[in-house]
Amino acid sequence: MLENIIRQKRENNDILLMTHIVLGYPSFDDSLRIVEAMVEAGVDLMELQIPFSEPIADGPVILRANQEALLRGSTVQQCFETAQAITSRFDIPFLFMSYYNLLYKRGLQRFTADMAEAGLSGAIVPDLPPEESGDYLDAMNRHNLAPVFIFAPNSSDKRLRTIAQHSGGLVYCVARKGVTGSDTNFSEDLDGYLKRCRAATNLPLAVGFGVKDAKDVDYLRGRADIAVIGSETIRVIDRDGTAGVGPFIRSLRGTVSA
Amino acid sequence: MSTAGYYSQYGGAFIPEILVATIQELERAFADAQADPAFWPEFRQLMASYSGRPTPVTFAGNLTQHFGGAQIYIKREDLNHTGAHKANNVMGQGLLVQRMGKKRVIAETGAGQHGVATATMAAKFGLDCTIYMGAVDVARQRPNVFWMERLGATVVPVTDGSQTLKDAINEAMRDWVTNMDDTHYVLGTACGPHPFPAIVSYFQSIIGTEARQQLHDITGRLPDRVYACVGGGSNAMGMFSGFLDDAGVELIGVEAGGEGVDTGRHAARLASTDASLGVAQGYKTYFLQDEDGQMRETHSVAAGLDYVGVSPILAHHKDQGRVRFEATTDDEVIEALRLTMQKEGLIPALESAHAFAQAFKEAPTLSPDQIILINQSGRGDKDIFTVADAFNDDPAWQAFIQNKAEQYRA
Repeated sequence: MLENIIRQKRENNDILLMTHIVLGYPSFDDSLRIVEAMVEAGVDLMELQIPFSEPIADGPVILRANQEALLRGSTVQQCFETAQAITSRFDIPFLFMSYYNLLYKRGLQRFTADMAEAGLSGAIVPDLPPEESGDYLDAMNRHNLAPVFIFAPNSSDKRLRTIAQHSGGLVYCVARKGVTGSDTNFSEDLDGYLKRCRAATNLPLAVGFGVKDAKDVDYLRGRADIAVIGSETIRVIDRDGTAGVGPFIRSLRGTVSA
Repeated sequence: MSTAGYYSQYGGAFIPEILVATIQELERAFADAQADPAFWPEFRQLMASYSGRPTPVTFAGNLTQHFGGAQIYIKREDLNHTGAHKANNVMGQGLLVQRMGKKRVIAETGAGQHGVATATMAAKFGLDCTIYMGAVDVARQRPNVFWMERLGATVVPVTDGSQTLKDAINEAMRDWVTNMDDTHYVLGTACGPHPFPAIVSYFQSIIGTEARQQLHDITGRLPDRVYACVGGGSNAMGMFSGFLDDAGVELIGVEAGGEGVDTGRHAARLASTDASLGVAQGYKTYFLQDEDGQMRETHSVAAGLDYVGVSPILAHHKDQGRVRFEATTDDEVIEALRLTMQKEGLIPALESAHAFAQAFKEAPTLSPDQIILINQSGRGDKDIFTVADAFNDDPAWQAFIQNKAEQYRA
C-alpha cells in the first residue's frame, strides 16, 4: 500500500521528494534514463504524466512537454509499456498523472487493470473532482490503486475533509492558485493553509506547484511529508539534459553532491 | 455524489479543485439572478436599448418562391450590436459580473465574434478585458482583433496545440485558475463545465422566446421546422429553447460538414459517426478525438463552427430524439450564402449559412402551407475577408487587397 510505503520512508527522512516527468518527452528512451537518474539521486516517489492534448491545469513548461511528446507520436499504450519497464527496474512507488479523458476513453476498468499490471501505485487526475469520481473510485479500489485527490488553498475545511475521504495513499496539496510551473512564495503565508490540510486528514501530504529548490523543500520540512518538483525538473532536463538530473535532485535536500 | 449540471449522461463539471469555489460562486450568482423577478426584465431592457432587441423575423418571399415549398422565415440575430447572437450571452454575463462585483473579464474566441462582443460589454461596464484567441485565428480574423483592441481589450494569441478555439479555451481556463478572485470567465458557448451550458442557454433563450411569439403574430401558428447552425451550440440552444415544448415543431441542428463527413475534414460531432463520448474542457460530451482520447484537428469554412466538442444539452436532445442533426459541406454553404444574398439581400455569416443550406435542401420537399424558420445567427458582411476567400472568385477584390498592401508598404 502506497500510504504504508510513504510512512516507512518518512521514518528515515524528514521530507520526501516526488518528481514529475512527461512520458515520451523528450523520448521514451529518455524517460527511462531520467527515471534512472532520479532514483539514483534519491527520489522517493515519481509521477509519470501521460501526455494529453488539452492539459488545462498545466503551465507552459509541462504543456509544451505534453505537446512535444504527442507530436512525436506518444500513445497511451506506449506509456503503459514504458511504465511497466520502469516499475520492473526501480523499487519506488510510481503514480500516473493525467487527465480524465484518457482514462475514460480506454475504459476505467481496462485502464486500472492495465495500471495494476504495469506495477503502478496510484493516479493523480487533476480534472476529476470527488463529485464526478464514483466509477473511477470503484475501479481504482478494485485494483488496490491509490486515487490521489487534490487540496487547494481556497477549499473550505469541510471540503478538505470530503476530498480526504476520497483520497488514497496521500493527498496532493496545490500550494497556490494558477497552473504548474510559476513561482510560489514558500513562506509563513502558507502556514495557515498547510495547517488546515494537516487538520483535515491523517494521510501523508504532498505539496506541489512552484517547488523548485532546496530552500522551498526546506520550508516544507515539518509542514508536509512530500515535496513535489514538477516543472523545475523538466526545465533542468531542457537546459542540462539527462546529466543535469542527478545533481539537481541531490541539491534539493541540501545534501552536498559532487 | 452530486449530479448537478447533467443532461442525461452529458455535462457535469470536470474542473481542477482550485476552481470549485469559483464555480460554486457563479452557480449561486446565477441562481440568485434567475430567482430575482427584476433580473430578466433588466436583461431585456439592456438588450433593447443597447442591442436593438427584439430582432425581427423576416419573411423570405423570394427564397420561398424559388424553392416552391415551405414558407421560409428568418430570425435576424445578425441585427444585434456587434452583428451576432453572441451579444445576448455576453451582456447577460456582464450583469452577472456586476452582481458578483468582479472587475475583470476574460474570454476565448474563435472567429472573433464572441471576443468583440465581450470587449464591447467590458467597455460599457468598465471592466478590464483579456481575450484569448488561437494564433491561427488571429491570423485569419485580423479585423476582429483590430476591433477588440480598439475597444480596450488585450488580445493574447495562443500558440499552443492547434492554435484555434479549443486552445483559446484552455488558455482562458489557465488565466481563470490564477485570477478568479477578481475575474469572471465569459464562456461564449453552451459548453464547458456546469453551470456554463445552463447560463449561456438561459441568456440565449431570448432568441427562441421572441421568435416563437413573432412567428405566431405573423402567421397565426408555429413553424413546422426550425433550423440553427451548431458550433458549440449557443445560438441553436437559444433558438430551440423557445420550441422545446412544442411537440409539433421539428428542430434541426446543422453542423459543419467541411469537405464532407466521410473525409475526416469536418467538425460534425453529432451528425457524423466520427465523434465519441469523452471528457475535456470541463464537461462530458461527444468529441472529435482519436482512440486514445487526444483531440483531433477539425475543419470548417466557418471558424465559429470549427470546434471539437458540442453542447451537452444538445447531445442530450439528440438522444431524446428532440433535435435532428445534419451536416452541410463548405461548398453547399457557399452556394446557400450566394443564393440568400441574391434573392433576399441578406448576408448571413458563414456559420449561419449552414442552417440556410440545410433548410434549402428540405424546403422544396415541404408543402406551401408549411412554415420553416431559420436562425440567422450572425451577419457575414463584417467578415468580408473570410467571405471573399470562401467565394474566391473576385480578381478585382484581390487586386484591391494587393494595392492596399502596397500602400501600407510604402
